[in-house]
Amino acid sequence: MIKSTAKTERIMQGVFTLSALAAIVAVGLICVFLFAGGVPAMAEIGVLDFLLGMDWSPRDTPPSFGIFPMIIGSIYVTAGAVLFGVPIGIFTAVFMAEICPKQLYKILKPTVNLLAGIPSVVYGFFGMVVLVPLVRGLFGGNGSSMLTASILLGIMILPTVIGITESSLRAVPGELYEGAVALGASHERAVFAVVLPAAKSGVMAAVVLGIGRAIGETMAVKMVAGNQALLRMPNEFLRGVRTLTANVVIEMGYAEGLHRESLVATGVVLFVFILLINLLFSAINRRGAK
Amino acid sequence: MDKFILRNVELWYNDFKALKDVSMDVERNSITAFIGPSGCGKSTLLKSLNRMNDLIEGCKIMGDFLLDGENIYEDIDVNMLRKRVGMVFQKPNPFPMSIYDNIAFGPRTHGIRSKYKLDEIVEKALRDAAIWDEAKDRLKKSALSLSGGQQQRLCIARALSVSPDVLLMDEPTSALDPISTSKIEDLVMELKKQYTVVIVTHNMQQATRISDRTGFFLLGELVEFGDSEQVFSMPRDKRCEDYITGRFG
Repeated sequence: MIKSTAKTERIMQGVFTLSALAAIVAVGLICVFLFAGGVPAMAEIGVLDFLLGMDWSPRDTPPSFGIFPMIIGSIYVTAGAVLFGVPIGIFTAVFMAEICPKQLYKILKPTVNLLAGIPSVVYGFFGMVVLVPLVRGLFGGNGSSMLTASILLGIMILPTVIGITESSLRAVPGELYEGAVALGASHERAVFAVVLPAAKSGVMAAVVLGIGRAIGETMAVKMVAGNQALLRMPNEFLRGVRTLTANVVIEMGYAEGLHRESLVATGVVLFVFILLINLLFSAINRRGAK
Repeated sequence: MDKFILRNVELWYNDFKALKDVSMDVERNSITAFIGPSGCGKSTLLKSLNRMNDLIEGCKIMGDFLLDGENIYEDIDVNMLRKRVGMVFQKPNPFPMSIYDNIAFGPRTHGIRSKYKLDEIVEKALRDAAIWDEAKDRLKKSALSLSGGQQQRLCIARALSVSPDVLLMDEPTSALDPISTSKIEDLVMELKKQYTVVIVTHNMQQATRISDRTGFFLLGELVEFGDSEQVFSMPRDKRCEDYITGRFG
């Protein structure tokens, strides 16, 4: 009896270890195939021509594969999303953690969670039906633009920003709040001048994860951004823009040869971005833990 | 006139009656100590003097609390009350910001913006709390870099920064080592010249050493209240005598 228990223990340990390894193996394989598929294309095109090239015309003769406009596009759209999503997200989190009456919280919290579960194509559809006409009506242009994509992504990163900010606000020791009100500070002053700054590293982590979410978003952005692969200045936020993700998803269906490989290489660039963001995230978490 | 006059104070946490018909007078410029076993209501009473109990859900309070003749639950805005009645907590709770900003937080809250004036207040508060010499060269450093005893004196300085009349201290030395404790005791004795101090303590020697008057609480009742000398040498109540001679508690 005892022997068989020990045996079961060992077998189960193996099962758990294998399950844990699956995630690592998946990441490893993605890395290998992405780099194996993308790096040769980069080499063939020329790394600088690829990363800093202004012209993306893969079907011309001779073709040119410059993704710089899309790198910039991704960065602008993400920055715009942060600009919209982060302030709203932080204020929502403060409201939920510190101000909201219990009854309202019971509705608000599941609603925010639901926001996280909506498929991105539904967001994209919402963007096409509501935001695009709205932006067109308010600001002119054709509506499919950098601005529209930023607003939509700003909404999409809300659950990430709200969730992490709220939990880091709740993790701030109550003594700090008490110390502030004991000096005659109002509830609002105690929250904004003491509790929120004390949750700073959590808020930073929320922003970084939001950035990660925004830069990787594909479907919704593709549906509202217009997708012209031209270099845009920030003051052209009413014109269309193409992101790295949109570039891959739009052309992958019909691309072949070097064109196809260059799309994989676009994926590599995106992957490096995500890697950097994750490093930044863990650095912030380490500092926060200290 | 006495600083605080309490009459027939009753306090409930939901259905639990935590204070039963407590009446007492707190003399100005003196140190009043609250003693008693855990859960006797002494911290509860202390916290109702600056209405920190308002933060606790289900807390109901009845009776009169007069500060300089004004009812603190009716006549005074709660934030103004807390400016006048400062508090130091059991565990040092400096804000995670610089030493300077910790002290400047209070005056800034009450509208003081001038850098010159803030500098002056910070220095005076740190001096009054006997931590100026240790802190003056590191005002921009994080308050969390201070030792526990220094942090507690910083918290006292922070409480003094809004120039209160009364200082409430909730077991301010229970988390500190003996040397830091004696520094804080000396400081408290010094502070009573300018402030009225009410201190909750578990440490009876501490109450004997520093307090002018002592109240002994048991199960929500103020069992005995009088000059510390009398309370500790000739307690009138048997339960108080049993407690201070260490027979229970």
